[in-house]
Order: sequence, then structure tokens, then C-alpha cells
Amino acid sequence: MHMHKFEKIWLTFGISCLVIFLAVIGVSAFYLGNKPPSCLTTVNPEKVDQTKPFDKPGLHKVEGKDWDYELVYVASAFSYNPAKVEVPLGAKVKVIATTKDVIHGFEMAGTNINMMLEPGYVSEYTTTFDKAGEYLIVCNEYCGAGHHLMSSMIEVVK
Amino acid sequence: MVNSAAAKVKVDPRDAKLSMAHFFVAFSALALGGLMGLLQTLVRSGKWELPWGIDYYQILTVHGVLMGLVLTTFFIMGFQYAAVSRTTGGHSNAARRTGWIGFWVMLIGTLMAATMVLLKEASVLYTFYAPLKAHWIFYLGLTFVVVGSWLDGAAQIMTYARWRKNNPGQPSPLLSFMAVINTVMWIVATLGVAATVLFQLLPWSLGLVDTVDVLVSRTLFWYFGHPLVYFWLLPAYMCWYAIIPKIIGGKIFSDSLARLSFILFLLFSIPVGFHHQLTEPGIDPAWKFFQVILTFMVVIPSLMTAFSLFASFERYGRSKGATGLFGWFKVLPWGDARFIVPFIGMASFIPAGAGGLINASNQMDQVVHNTIWVTGHFHLTLATSVVLTFFGISYWLVPHLTGRKLTKAMNKLGIIQAWVWFIGMTFMSGAMHFQGLLGGPRRSAFSTYGGAKQAAEWIPYQVAQAVGGSILFLGIILVLIIFINLAFFAPKGEQEFPVAEAENPEEKAPMVFENWKLWLGITAALILFAYTIPFIDIIQNAPPGSKGFQTWSKW
Repeated sequence: MHMHKFEKIWLTFGISCLVIFLAVIGVSAFYLGNKPPSCLTTVNPEKVDQTKPFDKPGLHKVEGKDWDYELVYVASAFSYNPAKVEVPLGAKVKVIATTKDVIHGFEMAGTNINMMLEPGYVSEYTTTFDKAGEYLIVCNEYCGAGHHLMSSMIEVVK
Repeated sequence: MVNSAAAKVKVDPRDAKLSMAHFFVAFSALALGGLMGLLQTLVRSGKWELPWGIDYYQILTVHGVLMGLVLTTFFIMGFQYAAVSRTTGGHSNAARRTGWIGFWVMLIGTLMAATMVLLKEASVLYTFYAPLKAHWIFYLGLTFVVVGSWLDGAAQIMTYARWRKNNPGQPSPLLSFMAVINTVMWIVATLGVAATVLFQLLPWSLGLVDTVDVLVSRTLFWYFGHPLVYFWLLPAYMCWYAIIPKIIGGKIFSDSLARLSFILFLLFSIPVGFHHQLTEPGIDPAWKFFQVILTFMVVIPSLMTAFSLFASFERYGRSKGATGLFGWFKVLPWGDARFIVPFIGMASFIPAGAGGLINASNQMDQVVHNTIWVTGHFHLTLATSVVLTFFGISYWLVPHLTGRKLTKAMNKLGIIQAWVWFIGMTFMSGAMHFQGLLGGPRRSAFSTYGGAKQAAEWIPYQVAQAVGGSILFLGIILVLIIFINLAFFAPKGEQEFPVAEAENPEEKAPMVFENWKLWLGITAALILFAYTIPFIDIIQNAPPGSKGFQTWSKW
């Protein structure tokens, strides 16, 4: 099988770019810690309200951890609990969320916080809120008749 | 001799009938699915509401099922069935019978699923994620569609196998080889969706079991869901590689490299489903990244394809005396719908592919996951690159099969159609991409999200999508006019089924390409490697199962 010289050059160039590209995202993910949300904790989807930390949704100050606050959400068709939260500017926050019924999305619009909520699983993402303002959280996975009404609000305040 | 040569360049009329049966279903799906698409963009603009209690998510389900599953599967099977017939000298009676059974099983399945959607018993979108629980007839209908497509594919494989037996030691005709690669990939991929439907969703919707393992079901779905998009794309590649060179009057750049790229697509399309599940819990991030690497391997055959296509254009142009770096570009047959319609699709694949790289880029996916960016992405890949190529194919294939001719008027209308489509899609898909970057979610009806400032910024983009959607609907009306004309009214005559020849016909493709044990073995090994450990993890660490929910609006 014959391969044209130009095609060899083209493929060598392309594959080299690919290797560099994959190395960049690999280093970013595993060395710099920018892995996509992949929490492995499970929860009984029918006992979410009785299970810690979902028995107390909302923002909680924590001590002795790598983050300052834990922000707990319980999603169900078609709302998030809590519906509105104020977060102090500059706080390092671990967002912890799950769903009581079908699959929902958890997307803080305009940010990198974007994760699936699946029944039986806990989803987590740690981030620092370093810009003041209002942030809309929307459900971005179809969950039923009221899917487009399902939202929550985070206000980052000084 | 003359007779058999003539018979070879024409699809057997008995095969033509079955292909046309597929196309009638495909274009009916396009008509209805296109109307649903128009209605969606109008609803989401916020200026209009659906009448008579019709629900946004119901028409969204209709649009997705008809466009993503019915139009594509019926068109692809009809096209590949004709391509195999044309290049092998026709199907046997047994293969033809198998094909017809497959067609009817698919059609019955489609009607079963459609009925449940119309009754609002299955507003679960075309991805039907558990624990949304549709009526069991919906799942059974989908099973029929898949099983029917297996039979349809078996017909192509039977004819390919017969050709191989009659021509020992010969590489099979390129188009038949490509059709069989795509069919084999489809069969391996649909095993995943068949497993979740048969072993999880059907027993659960029938009430035989109470709960379903959501993550197992999603993982099986996406094992199927990504090769699904390559199942759509490869028939377009068949046209680009093996048909377009003939239409422009050129040659295939390299028959062997075309085969190699199809084999690479078979190997690297399947063990990659996790890149659709990057933001979900319960899957180890190392395995996600591993599948991301495998996902990116398809860059290699994609680069090979881009090179071959443009090399074959350039060589043709230079053979016509074109000079300069890009002189060859001007001499391409820009007035021929059979060329320019797929060419616009080809060109659209450049931004479409670039967007795909972003989607699959592990953590970068968080920026766009489940935003309307993704919808914009696959309206460039599937709904522009692939579909325009399918339209371009039908402009010669339909008259070829019905014994008619593509007239000058229809040729011109075809070119206008493609530009209308391109303009409409630039508005719609462009606006979707931008809105997605701002965080606008996909699959959502019009909403102000309680008057949120961010949501207000999305609305102008949604209006732009409605403008684009309306232009696209005009494009659908045009293509239906052309299709009906070519099927029933165009003047009788002989329309060529173009099949290109390789530039160096004496250079035979290595026979190792037809070694199915080898390629299926590597395919299976890659799948087992990519899925075994994470799948065992998912099952062993599974939470209690989910009972079913029906959260959509009912009649």
C-alpha cells in the first residue's frame, strides 16, 4: 500500500498535534487537578432527605477541610433546594448535589460548574467564587414537563 | 457480455424497489420531523405557543426520533442496499427477501413507537434516559427498529459474502466494502442499546421488575450513542470517497487508504462512549480520560479523508490545465447539484469537527455539556454535513432507481436548496453555539427563569434560531418538491449511478483489509479493554435502583 509523501507529512503533523493536545488536557486534568466532576459516592435515592448531608440543604461553613464551605443541593422535579443562596466573595466552596427522582442537570450558567445529577449518585465540584454577581443555576438535562422552569440562584456578595 | 456490463452499472429493478421503499419512509420522516423542528424554534423564541394542548417535549421527542433515528436509518439502509447491488451485480432472492423483512420490521417498530409518542405515553426524547419510564410498547417498537436494521444489514452482508465467494482472492468493490464496514459497526454498536432495552427497560416498563440501574442503562446507551453518529457519517464518506470523484470526472486518490480509514472508523468509533458521560458521577476519571484518548483516534482517519478528497479535487483540476496553488478549485463543477450539495456538507464538516474536538476534550466539556452548543454542533455534523450529502445522493439515486432523469430545473433547485439550507443553518446553528457558550441549556422550552438577567441575554439568540429554523423549513419544502418530482414526475431516462475508479487500478488493496476475524477481533479487544473494568465498577458499586417516573404532561 502506497502513501503519498505529502500525505505522510500531513498525517505526521496532524498526529503530532493530537499527541500534544492530549498531553495538555491530560496534564491539566491529572496534574493540575481539573478533572471533570466524577464523584464515586452513592446514596439511596429514596432516602435522600434522611441522609447526610442532604438532610440540611444550603450553605454550611466547615472547618479543617481544603474548602471553606459546603453548599448542599437536593434536586427534584422541578426545583432545587435551596432556591437561592448567598455566598461570600472569594469563598472556596464544595458544591454537593443529588436528585431524588429522575436525572437532572446542575449547571451554573457562564461557569465551569456543570454536572449531571443521577439518582443514587452524589455529584461534587469544588470551586472558588471569585467574581461577585448573580449566577443562575439551570437544569440542563430534560426531566419532564417543568424542565425549563427548574432553576436556582447563587448570589456572590462582598 | 454487453448485457451483463449494462446490468452491472444499473441497480437491479427489484433491488431498486426496496431502496425506494426506504426512501419514502425517510423523506416522510424528514417532512414531519422538519415541521416539528420549525415549531420548536418558534416556541423557544417566546413569540408563539403550541395550540391544542400539544406539548413542547412531545414534539421534541418526535423531532429527535424521526430525524435522528428514522430518517437516518432508513436512508442509510436504502442507500447502502442500492450501493451493494450496484457494485456486486445485484442481490440474491434470499438477500432481497431478508431486506424486505428488515424493512417491514423497522417500519412496524417505528409506527409502534410513534403511536406511543402521539398518545403522550413516551415524551422521553430520543435518548429515553431512565428513570423516565415510557410505555412498554415504545421500547418494544425501538427493539423492532433495531432488529429490522440488523436484517436489512444482513442482506448487504449476504450479498458481499456471495461476491467474495465468487471472486476468491479479489478485493471486494470499494462501495460494498464500505457499506459492510458501516453495517458491521452498526450491529456491534446496537448490541448496547439492545441490551439496555431488552434486559432493563422492557422488563421494568412491563412491571416485571421494580427498579432500574440508571448508570448501567446510560453507559449501555452511550456505548451505542457515539458509533451511532459514525453510522450517520460513514455513508456520507462513501459518497465523498467513492462517488464524488466520478461526478467531477476524476479518480479516487487511493482505494487502499480509503479502506484503511473505514477500518480505523470501525475500530475507534465504539469504545468511546464515556466522552458523552464526562460530567457524570459514578465513573472513574481515569477511565473517562482513557476513552477520551480513544475518541481522538478518529482524528487520524478524518485527516486521511480530508487529504484524499482534496487531493482528488486538485488532481482533477490540474488534469484540466488549472495552474497556481488554488487554480484547481475554480474548475470544479460548481453548477452540478450532485457535486456542490455534498460539497457544502463537506465544507461544513470543518467547523463541525472543530466543535466536536471541544466537546470530547475531557474537562473542557464542562463549559458546553448539555448546553444548546451541543445541539448547534450536531446540527452542523448530522443536519448539515450528513444530510446535505444524503440530499445530494438522492438527486441522482432516486431518478436512477425510478428510471427517470435529473432535469436541469431540478438540478438548479437542488443547488438553491443547498444554499437555503446553508444560510438557515448558519443562523440557527451559529446562534445555538453562541447561546451555549453563555450557558443556555439544550432541550428546554421557552423560559425566562424567573426573570434572571443571564436568561434574558439568551432570548435574542433564540429569536435568531427561529429565523434560521424558518429558513431551514423552506429548505425542507424544496427538497421534498425535488424528491417527489424525481420519484414520480421527472422525464423517463437513464440517470447514472456514479462509481469512481481508483487512480492506480493496478495497485490492489491488500487482502488483509477483508480479514473480518482480525478486524472484529481488534474491535472486540478494544471494547473489552475500554469497558470491562469501569463496567464492573459501575455494577459492583451500584446504589439501590430507581423506580420509574412519568414527569411529562399527559393528554
